[in-house]
Amino acid sequence: MERKLIVSSSPHLKSPEDIQGIMIDVLIALIPAALMAVFLFGYRALITMVIAMVAAMAAEAIILRKGDFFGDGSAAVTGLLLAMTLPPAPPWWVVAIGSVIAIAIGKQVYGGLGSNIFNPALVGRAVLVVSWGSYLAGDVWLKPLPFAFTADLVTKASPLVAEQATSLLDLFIGTVSGSLGETSALALIIGAAWLFYKGHIDWRIPGGFIGIVFLFGLCSGGFYDGIFHVLAGGVMLGALFMATDMVTSPVTPVGKLIFGTGCGLITMLIRLFGSLPEGVTFGILLMNGLTPLIDNLTLPKRFGEVKKSNA
Amino acid sequence: MSQRTFAGGIHPSYFKDYTAGKPTAAARAPTQVIIPLHQNIGAPCEAVVQVGDEVKVGQKIGEPQGFVSAPIHASISGKVTKIGPYNHPLGKPVEAVFIENDGQDTLYEGVKPNKPLEELTPQEVIQIAKEAGLVGLGGATFPTHVKLSPPPEIAIDTVIINAAECEPFLTADHVLMLERADDVVYGLKAFMKALQATKGIIGIEDNKPDAIVSMQKAVAKGGQGYDLEVHALETKYPQGAEKMLIRATTGREVPPGALPMAVNVVNQNNGTAVALAEAIKLGKPLYERVVTVTGPGIQHPANLIVRNGTLVSELIEQCGGLTADARKLILGGPMMGLAQPSGDVPVIKGTSGVLILTQKFVKDHASGPCIKCGKCVDACPMHLVPNFIGSAAEKNNFELAEKYGALDCFECGCCTYTCPAKRPLVQWIRIAKGEILARRNKQ
Repeated sequence: MERKLIVSSSPHLKSPEDIQGIMIDVLIALIPAALMAVFLFGYRALITMVIAMVAAMAAEAIILRKGDFFGDGSAAVTGLLLAMTLPPAPPWWVVAIGSVIAIAIGKQVYGGLGSNIFNPALVGRAVLVVSWGSYLAGDVWLKPLPFAFTADLVTKASPLVAEQATSLLDLFIGTVSGSLGETSALALIIGAAWLFYKGHIDWRIPGGFIGIVFLFGLCSGGFYDGIFHVLAGGVMLGALFMATDMVTSPVTPVGKLIFGTGCGLITMLIRLFGSLPEGVTFGILLMNGLTPLIDNLTLPKRFGEVKKSNA
Repeated sequence: MSQRTFAGGIHPSYFKDYTAGKPTAAARAPTQVIIPLHQNIGAPCEAVVQVGDEVKVGQKIGEPQGFVSAPIHASISGKVTKIGPYNHPLGKPVEAVFIENDGQDTLYEGVKPNKPLEELTPQEVIQIAKEAGLVGLGGATFPTHVKLSPPPEIAIDTVIINAAECEPFLTADHVLMLERADDVVYGLKAFMKALQATKGIIGIEDNKPDAIVSMQKAVAKGGQGYDLEVHALETKYPQGAEKMLIRATTGREVPPGALPMAVNVVNQNNGTAVALAEAIKLGKPLYERVVTVTGPGIQHPANLIVRNGTLVSELIEQCGGLTADARKLILGGPMMGLAQPSGDVPVIKGTSGVLILTQKFVKDHASGPCIKCGKCVDACPMHLVPNFIGSAAEKNNFELAEKYGALDCFECGCCTYTCPAKRPLVQWIRIAKGEILARRNKQ
């Protein structure tokens, strides 16, 4: 045989799945929430999402000096996730700065994809909250109007700071004011189902997160409060799409559960006892910082190991 | 009871259709065989023939040098033309006996039937296995008589026949269960006798329903007086890994670093069971075996009975040759098999398959950064953290790799298979294992 054969060490088969495929799956999973945002808040929502994604991809391409704009797709995901946490129509430059900060400070300074400690989209959001909080809170929350393309936008407070109680059904469907992608639990669940199906997220992080938020709400104010705290604000978006960010969450099964529970716990402590109305962003960011520690403290029991060794 | 399986593992495409259900055919006897004198885990053999000697089929040509070793026999009759180093599947050239075929296929006089199993003592069964040169035919090639000789303080209660055949592409075990089911059962009974075990289990992945039926029939027919069970196992790689199989069939977990006998179990491949049956019934030493020649890169895939020492290039030729886009030649399965630089390498006792992959399968993937998706952690059947071991090894931090359990890895390759960043995880872990053991030996 004269032909040249390739020699490499086993395994000789590899799963067809790659990072870009996973990122595209995340984008697909965000489509229901994005459609819902456009349906509820109109074309301005679409513009916000496009600005956030383009700015994130541009920042990444410039920093990495790459011609490949889409690349592995992670910048597009970061941009879209950031947009999901913003009001429907903040000034375009606020959105763009948020995206650039998410990519530059949230991700690339650590060495790029895989090396960042904190969820980049939430880093971007945290900076915006601190720096331009007036554009992100208070009177810019829009009253959602189905097919709001032509209607004038009406401002309305987010359910978390509203005076009177909000209908749980409205909260579930998403016909309440709030950030672009966080209002509709239904759309988020449909999207997350795709990620479950593809095996990109498992139940532990969302389960721990949502479970503890519900329990906390239940204990503090009864059944309505339990469900309310799960559906209102950013808990569903955070639990299903932010806390499950692979890079910044633990890899061990027990670690995932602890991580999700911690996110929920901090969220509720901030909501009920802190000065901010919403605690999802900082709940997840704080737990991100603990991820390496959690992983190392929750290494799985090795096959056949009788008791946990302290090695 | 829930499905018999283990935690972790992967579901690759199985590609068994190339050869599944194809009956075995005898490969053409080659004009020359080149039989390496090292075909088992453990010590090599020393030649007991000389250049110019006439040898017969089944005649011993290599005598083991140590307890953990197995003799090697001539697979054709003819003249020894050379004894010297030649290519070996494991990489380094090894002393080999070159025999030129006289075309007579004269059987060695020493090859004659033993007493029936009922009249043999356990010691005699072990002796027969040893003299026949039996080794584990699943690929690990551990000498069978050693497995049958546990320390006296350990009582083996269960023998498991490993017929999972979880490696994609391979069908050698499958076809044996269809054609030689009675001999598998006979071999199992012989293993049980040698170990004085009370229970025998045959574990088969449930993607081979015909094999399960075939074995159930054979057990009903030949298993009277024995406690034998056929277990259908979930089709999942690496179901046929020793520890996973024991977990799936008995619920017992072999501790890290220990052998199956630590949980009173011995595993044997079903090909080895057939070989033991032949050794008892016919006195036939292990000089040929079923080899699956398969893959998208071969013209006519087949299950062939191949003489020990046949060159792989001859098998490829017999199967119609390679396709134009064939790019990789693997001995064994695609998950744990060994890639070869050429077909000029002999089939040995542990060669379960000759797999030819095409360009499509050998695409070079650039490896990216770990995104900590945890898919390797979920896939690892040993419940390790391959991403952390791999990253530690990548940075030459072998102490950390050891802390994360690198030595428990048996290199099934699930982590590398599943990694979306295409990181060579098991390859790094292999390096770490080598370094850790080398440092231990130095101390």
